[in-house]
Amino acid sequence: MTDQWIDVCAVGEINEEDVIRFDHGQHTYAVYRSADSEFFATAGLCTHESIHLADGLVMEHVIECPKHNGRFDYRSGKALGAPVCVNLKTYQVRVEAGRVLLAITV
Amino acid sequence: MQVPKTIKLAENNKMPEQNAAYENRDKPVPRDYRLIGPEAAKAAQKGLVSATWYQSPISRKRMKELMQRRDGPALRDTAIWLLSMVVTGFGGYWFWGSWACVPFFFVYGLLYGTASNARWHEAGHGTAFKTRWMNDAVYQLSSFMFMFEPQVWRWSHARHHTDTIIVGRDPEIVEPRPPSLINMVLSLFRMPYALKTMGSVCRHAVGRMDEEEQTFIPESEWPKVVRDARIWLVIYGLVVGAALYLQSWLPLMFIGLPTLYGGWLSYLFGLTQHVGLAEDVLDHRSNCRTIYMNPVLRFMYLDMNYHLEHHMYPMVPFHALAQLHEEIRHDCPPPYTSLFEAFKEILPTIWKQRKDPTYFIRRPLPQRAEPTATARAEAESTPA
Repeated sequence: MTDQWIDVCAVGEINEEDVIRFDHGQHTYAVYRSADSEFFATAGLCTHESIHLADGLVMEHVIECPKHNGRFDYRSGKALGAPVCVNLKTYQVRVEAGRVLLAITV
Repeated sequence: MQVPKTIKLAENNKMPEQNAAYENRDKPVPRDYRLIGPEAAKAAQKGLVSATWYQSPISRKRMKELMQRRDGPALRDTAIWLLSMVVTGFGGYWFWGSWACVPFFFVYGLLYGTASNARWHEAGHGTAFKTRWMNDAVYQLSSFMFMFEPQVWRWSHARHHTDTIIVGRDPEIVEPRPPSLINMVLSLFRMPYALKTMGSVCRHAVGRMDEEEQTFIPESEWPKVVRDARIWLVIYGLVVGAALYLQSWLPLMFIGLPTLYGGWLSYLFGLTQHVGLAEDVLDHRSNCRTIYMNPVLRFMYLDMNYHLEHHMYPMVPFHALAQLHEEIRHDCPPPYTSLFEAFKEILPTIWKQRKDPTYFIRRPLPQRAEPTATARAEAESTPA
């Protein structure tokens, strides 16, 4: 099991305080850019009803599911209250030469 | 973490340009609306459970603008709402014992028993206020007023949004087919629901969840259900105790009874949302109504008259729904121009559904709209 760095997009393709969806293989991820231009990544689907979080609203360090108001701290993946009870998986992200890279365990 | 399959649009499934009705010429068979009955498994087999629903296209930039939270509109609304209750409640108290108290309690009842429903709902979505604790406070207060157990309905409503009007999955189908007219008349005063709720509050207070609740409330949340039920019983006990001590109905006219005598408008609003429209579709344009209403009704209903828009994009706050309506209306059925126009369709539909529970209204789509997604008319025509 090793971490493989996958190219996601150019830095400028994610707005500040926003999120994009990134699909790789059979998996989907949500990649975030904070208001301070820090990058984070989590599993792409809400742990409540498998809705794509990338369609949701980023408020400070919280991502809100667009369907049921489930909220997570996208830095830690912590579920912040009903209707989400299970934390999100998080992934390492780094920026290199203007590109956002995501660490995936293979 | 599998990517869910995208629902394909049925290419030959254009909706009619005018409202049309679907009638089953075979002998109709009522369906089982319980969440623990055979329809739940059938819904799963048909791919209707936690499915991907059609959404009218709208840019990410615009959607982000529409989803933005603000405290101002809900603070203003809540202040007007609660202040109006204080004024009308004082009038009711002042004129208590004479007929002059009736109009005051009429309005107080509507504010308590109808407006609370919309406030519970919006706060439950977390979209009323930007500030979280304000949502939570209004949620608890208005849930109590409307006699909706807060934890139960939080989860029930999440399911309603996941599987809207999917038989066997949605716990919030207002009028199962065939409708019962007696039950509907009693529901104007919320009698069946209030009795059921008082029973379930007592059951929850002793720590028991029923079989259906267990299908949509995670076990980790059950202690909260029990806690809230016990708090409610204490409050109701105090109010009833005050009424007995004072030998007066007055305390109950302020807390408890307004849910019954002021909930009729909320029930009428509720009928307009989905009743008479298609079941088992994955497209809110086919099972939700958007109705234009005057400012007073919109205040009472907190803009939930834009119900199609609310279901399609549930995280858009009430104060932005009218804007969302303008963004997607080209892709949606024409809105009803008034509550009256909606009921001109709903009442005859209910009447026909008494004899034919498969009868429903097909909502028309504009010519240039996207075709309806995976319409299930064929499923409706072959009931179990």
